Amino acid sequence: MNNLETLRNAAKLQWEQLKNNPIPLIYVGTASCGRAAGALAILDAIRKTLEEKNLTARIVEVGCIGPCYLEPLVDIQLPGRPRMSHANVTPERARYLVQSYLKSDKPAVRLAIGHFGEDSSEFVQKVPRFFDLPMLKPQVRIVLRNCGFIDPAEIDHYLANDGYLGILSAFAKGPEGTIREVKEAGLRGRGGAGFPTFRKWEACRKAPGTQKYLICNADEGDPGAFMNRSLLEGDPHAVLEGMLIAAYAIGATRGYIYIRAEYPLAIVHLKKAISQMRAYGLLGKDIQGSGFDFDITIKEGAGAFVCGEETALIASVEGKRGMPRSRPPFPAIAGLHGKPTIINNVETLGTLPNILRNGAAWYTQFGVEGNRGTKTFSLVGKIKRAGLIEVPLGMTLRKIIFEIGGGTTKKFKAVQTGGPSGGCLSEEFLDTSVDYESLGAAGSIMGSGGLIAMDEDTCVVDLARYFLDFTQKESCGKCAPCRVGSKHLVEILRKITKGEGEPKDLAMLETLGDTIKRGSLCGLGQTAPNPVLTTLRYFRPEYLAHVKDRFCPATVCRALLEYRVIPEKCTGCQRCVSVCPTGAITGPRAKTHNLDASKCIKCRACYEICRFDAIAGDAIVIKSTRRASDE
Amino acid sequence: MENNQYQKTMAGYSGEEGDLIPILQGIQTDLGYISEEAVRGVSHFLKVSESQVYGVASFYSQFRFNPPGRNSVKVCLGTACHVRGGQILIDQVERELGILPGQTTADMRYDLQRVACLGCCALAPVVAINDDIYSRMTVVLLKKTLSEYE
Repeated sequence: MNNLETLRNAAKLQWEQLKNNPIPLIYVGTASCGRAAGALAILDAIRKTLEEKNLTARIVEVGCIGPCYLEPLVDIQLPGRPRMSHANVTPERARYLVQSYLKSDKPAVRLAIGHFGEDSSEFVQKVPRFFDLPMLKPQVRIVLRNCGFIDPAEIDHYLANDGYLGILSAFAKGPEGTIREVKEAGLRGRGGAGFPTFRKWEACRKAPGTQKYLICNADEGDPGAFMNRSLLEGDPHAVLEGMLIAAYAIGATRGYIYIRAEYPLAIVHLKKAISQMRAYGLLGKDIQGSGFDFDITIKEGAGAFVCGEETALIASVEGKRGMPRSRPPFPAIAGLHGKPTIINNVETLGTLPNILRNGAAWYTQFGVEGNRGTKTFSLVGKIKRAGLIEVPLGMTLRKIIFEIGGGTTKKFKAVQTGGPSGGCLSEEFLDTSVDYESLGAAGSIMGSGGLIAMDEDTCVVDLARYFLDFTQKESCGKCAPCRVGSKHLVEILRKITKGEGEPKDLAMLETLGDTIKRGSLCGLGQTAPNPVLTTLRYFRPEYLAHVKDRFCPATVCRALLEYRVIPEKCTGCQRCVSVCPTGAITGPRAKTHNLDASKCIKCRACYEICRFDAIAGDAIVIKSTRRASDE
Repeated sequence: MENNQYQKTMAGYSGEEGDLIPILQGIQTDLGYISEEAVRGVSHFLKVSESQVYGVASFYSQFRFNPPGRNSVKVCLGTACHVRGGQILIDQVERELGILPGQTTADMRYDLQRVACLGCCALAPVVAINDDIYSRMTVVLLKKTLSEYE
């Protein structure tokens, strides 16, 4: 009964029935991001509306389709009609949509932002195809192909969409053949460093010993990156199938998923998916008659950025403090419990089924020489269209930020690639190709896929301080360059943002940063100074403004700001007086208010209320002014 | 009572070194924090020193060592929230409640944590109180929202 083809045929039948739906389908994106935007309240509203109005529809909960700025998304598909997607839905709007589609002859199709499928009939009116929307059009979806389309809690949905064909192909090719296929595909590790996947595998396969381990690194620690979470929540079986393929290739019989405890929904989906695999004979002894035994255990990480580093991750799985050790020996030779171990990132694993299913030749059509395939990114920050994207390697930063992301809120200033370990690149780098080597040459890194866009309201000195503050707190403390050096970097940066810096501090930052990079034991320390060094290189005038003029051009560094009331604009409404926590603002009703700078703690409450309250006059301004330094 | 609870958590494990973190996670789920007594109990159970147990627990940011408040306030300081003003929000909470991240108010009404990314960067800045997530938060709104939690 566990024959995969029999199961697949049944799954396909079910899937076809769902697609040729005799009843309306309502898709709601309920990944973490959708939930944060209010998807659960919408789900509730839809259920209630169906019940109250006595309507029939099937609700399908799907993962994240990517454009977070459109969340929450509600898609409705009437029988024989394309699936229509509605963005930024509120519970009230959801009630309206359900009634309009299910009860009216003329559903509110005009409210949709996109539709799925090829239908260009009158029904869709002028609504474009979802994948023709500017954010989606330049993307190539390989890893994320199922996200937003299948119910992640249903193994049958995955099976019906060519799921677990990759592992069957691997079984047919044998372990060596599988490694060869991945080599020809040119797949490089998507965790950040871009090391060729096949090379690690080969070393592990050849390493002596009968007990070998595979670990899936799902400890996505970059604060501002959520690619792995979205994939695990939206299509967990893709990652699990990738684990089967990798384990089969290297000869591992035990697998671990090291996942952040902060991803509870992903853990729930993984646990469910693993039990479904067991029931379908995809885990355990002699999987699908191949003679290959494999089982997977979930290990919840307890929150440490450094555990993204391979040897630190292994120490953590073993129940120790997550501290890296020097290499060699590499984990492929001596890893978990001293046995040969391969650690692959979630995205690397999620790519594998596609390569094995479609072949290396198919995969190499995407990307550029030496950088084949696609990469997912979390495009966030001061960007108009924030979200999760997948693009072929070699696309320019300009295309990603301006075509996909729609540009920045205000004038573009910089982009940080690679999260806290990456670099901050200025406008002149916009035409840089996004590949491992080009980003490296610019002083940044590809990293795991955080892309933070900044506009002129972002202070790069403050940003460098923020990243260093993060890496310093996450430094495990084992080696001195990272432990002591990063502390001093933060101290100097803090001094500068407080307006107490001196020109010689800049040279000190450079020397210290260089030393930390060269002297640190692991990737955390070796990359930690990148944000400081790149901002110093590309935004030096901004540092100089802070140290020489005590001036923050972006109006961010609090010690360099002043709050003021513009008398001509003040309506004397007393709203600011009522929110000021220190009594710094005074003034009788209908008279211009007075702001006592010596009492002001710059908490921003008055500014917000003056800006957004109807009766106030937008009279409070925040300013940074050039002052000569004390020298 | 507390003693029984963590004894129960540990009963599910065989006592290997690799069990340390899952046991601590189990205790925190049940008790809300890692008490001194729990550290002693785990040390006894796994036959490792108390300092090793505490050393591991204090290494990871997930573990807390004081009882949580009735309402848990989490301010996101992920990158996207930072560039959109997350720091101003956490300053506001600290001032309003008179506690620092990791602490609990004396009346046990609130505890405060800074978190790195709640996963809704497009809606930054974000504050979570218990299971409710508030997006595009402002200083004025935050003050009002906090007061709604008893």
